[in-house]
Amino acid sequence: MPDAPVLLSLRGLRKTFDTQEAVSGIDLDVYAGEFLTLLGPSGCGKTTTLRIIAGLEMPTAGSVHLDGQDITRLAPEKRAVNTVFQNYALFPHMNVYKNIAYGLTMRNTPRKEIADKVAEMLDLVQLTGYEKRMPSQLSGGQRQRVAIARSLVLSPKLLLLDEPLGALDLQLRRSMQQELKRMQQKLGITFIYITHDQEEALTMSDRIALMRLGRFVQLDSPKGLYERPQTAFAASFIGETNLIRARAEAVKEDEVLLDVSGFNLPCLDSDWITPGEELLLSLRAERLHLSNSPVNAECWVSGELVESHYAGGERSSTIRLPDGQLLRARATTEGETEPQLGSTVFCHWNKEAGVLVRDDREEG
Amino acid sequence: MSAPARTLRTREPLAFPMMLYAVLFVGLGLMYIIGLSLMTRGADFTAGAPYTLHNYERILSPLYLRSLLQSLRLAFYTALFCMLLGYPFAYFMAKASPRARTWIMMLLIVPFWTNALIRIYGWKILFSTSGPINAALLAIGIIQRPLKLLYTDFSVQVGMIYAMIPFMVLPVYSAVERMDWSTVEAARDLGANPMKAFLTITLPMTLPGILAGLVLTFIPSIGLFFLSDLLGGSNTMLWGNMVHNELLKSRDLPFAAALSVVLLALTGIVILIYRRMGGRAESMVF
Repeated sequence: MPDAPVLLSLRGLRKTFDTQEAVSGIDLDVYAGEFLTLLGPSGCGKTTTLRIIAGLEMPTAGSVHLDGQDITRLAPEKRAVNTVFQNYALFPHMNVYKNIAYGLTMRNTPRKEIADKVAEMLDLVQLTGYEKRMPSQLSGGQRQRVAIARSLVLSPKLLLLDEPLGALDLQLRRSMQQELKRMQQKLGITFIYITHDQEEALTMSDRIALMRLGRFVQLDSPKGLYERPQTAFAASFIGETNLIRARAEAVKEDEVLLDVSGFNLPCLDSDWITPGEELLLSLRAERLHLSNSPVNAECWVSGELVESHYAGGERSSTIRLPDGQLLRARATTEGETEPQLGSTVFCHWNKEAGVLVRDDREEG
Repeated sequence: MSAPARTLRTREPLAFPMMLYAVLFVGLGLMYIIGLSLMTRGADFTAGAPYTLHNYERILSPLYLRSLLQSLRLAFYTALFCMLLGYPFAYFMAKASPRARTWIMMLLIVPFWTNALIRIYGWKILFSTSGPINAALLAIGIIQRPLKLLYTDFSVQVGMIYAMIPFMVLPVYSAVERMDWSTVEAARDLGANPMKAFLTITLPMTLPGILAGLVLTFIPSIGLFFLSDLLGGSNTMLWGNMVHNELLKSRDLPFAAALSVVLLALTGIVILIYRRMGGRAESMVF
């Protein structure tokens, strides 16, 4: 993506409501054709950021540039940006056709051209034949598709989507995710997508901006965010992870030697760590391997098996380390031997699977 | 969305007391008035056979038709000006901060607790030849002699708008208050400037409130009599005044009843038109 031209730039964006700061300094470059997701818990400022880009909210400070043009103070109707609202915000007094045609009508598009474009959009969202239906006669998924068609018909440079699938049930959500991704790739429109669903973010995005307390915690590819989280918050917000207390014993050129519950473990990542520092070691549950006997591995610990749950394809196990910390592991049940609670088990992982982070969980 | 629930509710046994109430106090009363309108007057306040339509024939005279037209015109302008003045008022009230809203609502409601006659006397003072309006106009020098404001169609019209405006403001207010403003944001987002967004989204979405307000201001305006009695001149004879005169001055019960039936029919027609335009009884509840 970064070789594509920058479409949208946010610089030093801030927004304060009364005394509360919703957005506390955001810098972002969005590349043309990109699918960028703003991910974060509710109240992290993602919707406010989106509304500032749409022009529905004026920032307290900072700037918004679209295609190199400063649009910070531009009215929403003058921006080549369209929004799919969280509750769809369809016009209840207009039928599907008029809803989709609305933006074109505002642009004084000739009637014939409107008819053609609306038909094209209805085809894209698979709602041909629904022109005369009123929004109240549609299902949630159909309303969703009308909302998307209504925005896409204007061929915006940038489409903003505020939790567009939030109100749909899980199955519909999954199929709409694929449909949205397909449309985005087909039309080549840049998407900025809001969600608080980390799985949705991981499967759909080119890049994810993880937000918290009005700031970006990490801006990265889904893989980068999952594999190399930079903070404890990022590690625990995405996927299931163990955050184990560790002390840096020695810092070498490209690895750190850790003391974890009495075990000496090497870990990659080093330049920012000072010897003696207390850190957290993030270990993804599914990257841990268990065995009943010692394994010849660089990174391993052992402890008492205190919990074990069979869950079909996977087994979830909990190991208590000598210092009392618990480690959760998820492993395939294929060819396993029935584990014995209370027995000593050995747990090992690839050096790359361990990520050191600073503890930022209590911040704010 | 709540429509099916509502129709269901009227069929529930709990609706029975309301039905009984309606039959006893509205239905029977109406039947009495209609029956009375077909009778012939006797001595003061009495009526009896023969049963004819001659009371209705009398209404077809120019005197009554002129009064009917005058009443309809007055009611029309009342509803119209209540809408033009009341809509912006209700709109900004609904958009005001909760604190400000409470105050505005108080200003609207408190006069209701004062006797209507007393409030109309207030207008008499305002409109009188030596009243504050004339005094102010004279002081600025716009006029040289006091204007005759009181006892004109103008004073009746102003008084009527004043008396009726809450019935426009309240249903419009509740319609604006229920608005989903994200639809207006969506309209702006899709390229509508604030004016176009208002005309294509806010106005149609609050139309049920406007329609309810039009009906609620139009219908009572045809029948109000004390307002035109106090503020109107001798040639302001509205339909309400006609009924009032026949009943209490001519003491002609059957003819007063016939005039009332015409008023009722007019009301029925207005409500029919309202239903035709998609108006619902719920919109009149605020």
